[in-house]
Amino acid sequence: MSADVKLEDVWIRFGSFEAAKDVNIHIQEGEFFSFLGPSGCGKTTLLRAVSGFLEPSEGKVLIGGQDMAGIGPNKRPTALIFQNLALFPLMKVWENIAFPLEVRGVGKAERRKRADELLELIALPDQGDKMVNELSGGQKQRVAIARALAAEPDVLLLDEPLSALDLKLRQHMRTELRAIQQRVGITFIYITHDQGEALTMSDHVAVMSQGVIEQVADGNTIYDSPQTAFVASFVGENNHFQGKVTAADGDMVTVETPSGVLRGRNIERDGKPQLAAGDQALVFIRPESLRFVDGEKKRDNVLEATVERQEFEGNFWQVFLQVKDCPRVVSLSMVNDGSSVGHDVGAQVKIGCDAAHAVALPVGQMAAE
Amino acid sequence: MSTYWKDYFRRNGMALGLFVLLAVMVWMLVMIILPQLYMLDFSFRTNVPPPQWGTDTHTYTLEHYRYLLYGNVNATESFNYLDLGVFGRTIIAAVFVTFIDLCLCYPVAYYLAHVAKGGWGRLMVMSLIVPFWVNELLRAFAFKVMFGTGGVINDALMWLGILDQPYDFIRENVALYSGLSYAYILLMIFPIYNAVESLDRNQIEAARDMGAPWWRIHWRVVIPHAKPGITSGSTMVFMLTAGALAAPQILGGPSSLWFTQLVYKWFNNSANWARGSAYALVLLVACIVFVLLMMRIFKVKLGEIAR
Ligand SMILES: Nc1ncnc2c1ncn2[C@@H]1O[C@H](COP(=O)(O)OP(=O)(O)OP(=O)(O)O)[C@@H](O)[C@H]1O
Ligand SMILES: [Mg+2]
Repeated sequence: MSADVKLEDVWIRFGSFEAAKDVNIHIQEGEFFSFLGPSGCGKTTLLRAVSGFLEPSEGKVLIGGQDMAGIGPNKRPTALIFQNLALFPLMKVWENIAFPLEVRGVGKAERRKRADELLELIALPDQGDKMVNELSGGQKQRVAIARALAAEPDVLLLDEPLSALDLKLRQHMRTELRAIQQRVGITFIYITHDQGEALTMSDHVAVMSQGVIEQVADGNTIYDSPQTAFVASFVGENNHFQGKVTAADGDMVTVETPSGVLRGRNIERDGKPQLAAGDQALVFIRPESLRFVDGEKKRDNVLEATVERQEFEGNFWQVFLQVKDCPRVVSLSMVNDGSSVGHDVGAQVKIGCDAAHAVALPVGQMAAE
Repeated sequence: MSTYWKDYFRRNGMALGLFVLLAVMVWMLVMIILPQLYMLDFSFRTNVPPPQWGTDTHTYTLEHYRYLLYGNVNATESFNYLDLGVFGRTIIAAVFVTFIDLCLCYPVAYYLAHVAKGGWGRLMVMSLIVPFWVNELLRAFAFKVMFGTGGVINDALMWLGILDQPYDFIRENVALYSGLSYAYILLMIFPIYNAVESLDRNQIEAARDMGAPWWRIHWRVVIPHAKPGITSGSTMVFMLTAGALAAPQILGGPSSLWFTQLVYKWFNNSANWARGSAYALVLLVACIVFVLLMMRIFKVKLGEIAR
């Protein structure tokens, strides 16, 4: 069984502090949905509202179409995996996994059998008789998932479950999690402040900032067509140039910045283009979209720059440049295909990109560096 | 072992290390081991007045232990039923008081540790601690007055129409058990509080999220975690209750004797220190054995208590 989750006009307040502001989201049944946002933006708070530990101050939480108001966490068809896992250290591994069954009064033999099946699923067979603290970090992680799955929830909620693991293990667990989700077929709601995690695993991602949902879309759209300055600056690396819109034609705009005239896509929000002539705008260009312009090839956007320093990162070069009348260092990355020629530090160069690779957005709050 | 000491002195420095070591040893020797050894020695000797201590008449004997078991040499009964009965009743009553304290204190400790927030919790802790500034005797007498036939409790119950004539709480030992339960309540609350407080709230929430009702959360998650605290609190309350003197003396009914009162009688009224020592030691050993047995049954290790 699987269920969809709907948040309708949800506000959550702690005193005068607003931890969630007018959240409207529809999470489809059976999908892997992620909330992505910086620390303290209200991700855990939203998840607690879904799991029932917290009632929204305003608005509704619906699971499988049913209004959850007044229904406690022990009565909701959700299972929550806590940020610190919250395994029971005084129970054996299998007892941990079978706890949801114990609660339902399932007999011991049956519980043991089910626990062993789940241990199989998470690739930890024969570890049921260990104590929790005899497991490694990644194994604990998987036990927590098995315990949550034992409850046979319609919706599994995961609060940054991988944050305590080292990089290698984290990457491995990503694939593992995704595979488990596809095997069991229930809705996963996943919280993270790691964009790599969100983009690789999810069907849809909601980017959050200070209690506000900035954008909900699939990973590609989030990366290629961010709808707000926050999303553009939070997800992935991005260079930005501020200026004034001089022309808006079709889905493109022309922005006059101190560094030069730039053309970019006028990203729609709620079905409407966001920029009109005369608006202040930010033009975002990703480092991998920027190229050195060598005179022959025409580029829509060309900027004059001085090479400040370069870093060799193995599969690509990272070049940092000083652009005329731009207060920030601009970065450009080039795939190391053997042909790319390095530039000397201090060299005067031209860099540029096609208008299709530049995104123009209204001025707004940016992610902290 | 030698690396342990080397490490110990390196960490604490020579002067401080020696001081702490000496202080602990003196404490152990003078305050704990020597007095008990004295008592032990005394309990196996004849009862002679102090001037004859150490002389030939002060010989070793088992008569005091024999007395506790069989009574007077020319007694008609085969066992000393009177004293043994008091002994048994004291132990059972102490268990009972410990159990009452546990039932009262566990919820309070849990509430203080996980539910009460900020000012309200502090206020509760204060109201638990401050009454213990009043000394033990005064508290016991206050209980006596309160539970007396003309006391507040009888008055209130009669005013409410629950009783139509005063109930003798003293004779029925209600006052005694209340007084004893109250006397060591802090020693139960704080160890449990400490243990419960260290439990990660997320574990409680996780259990709840998985559908567990409140009683199962306590049974499977909170109580197992708090077991060392519960054991250490129960042990202290049991030991101290079994060894209490003031409360039984003041609040006990006319027919009820506490074993410590017998000990006191031998030391004081009968000037038989040797027999008093023997009685006191039997109580001590019995309590220790009982506690160890309980720990065995509930699978708690001695080390856990000190956590
Ligand atoms: N019970 C509470 N009372 C008051 N403020 C709270 C409470 N719970 C959360 N907050 C506040 O709400 C905001 C969001 O908290 P939340 O735990 O949801 O952040 P988060 O996005 O999960 O962050 P992280 O990535 O660090 O876990 C924070 O500013 C936090 O201080
Ligand atoms: Mg969080």
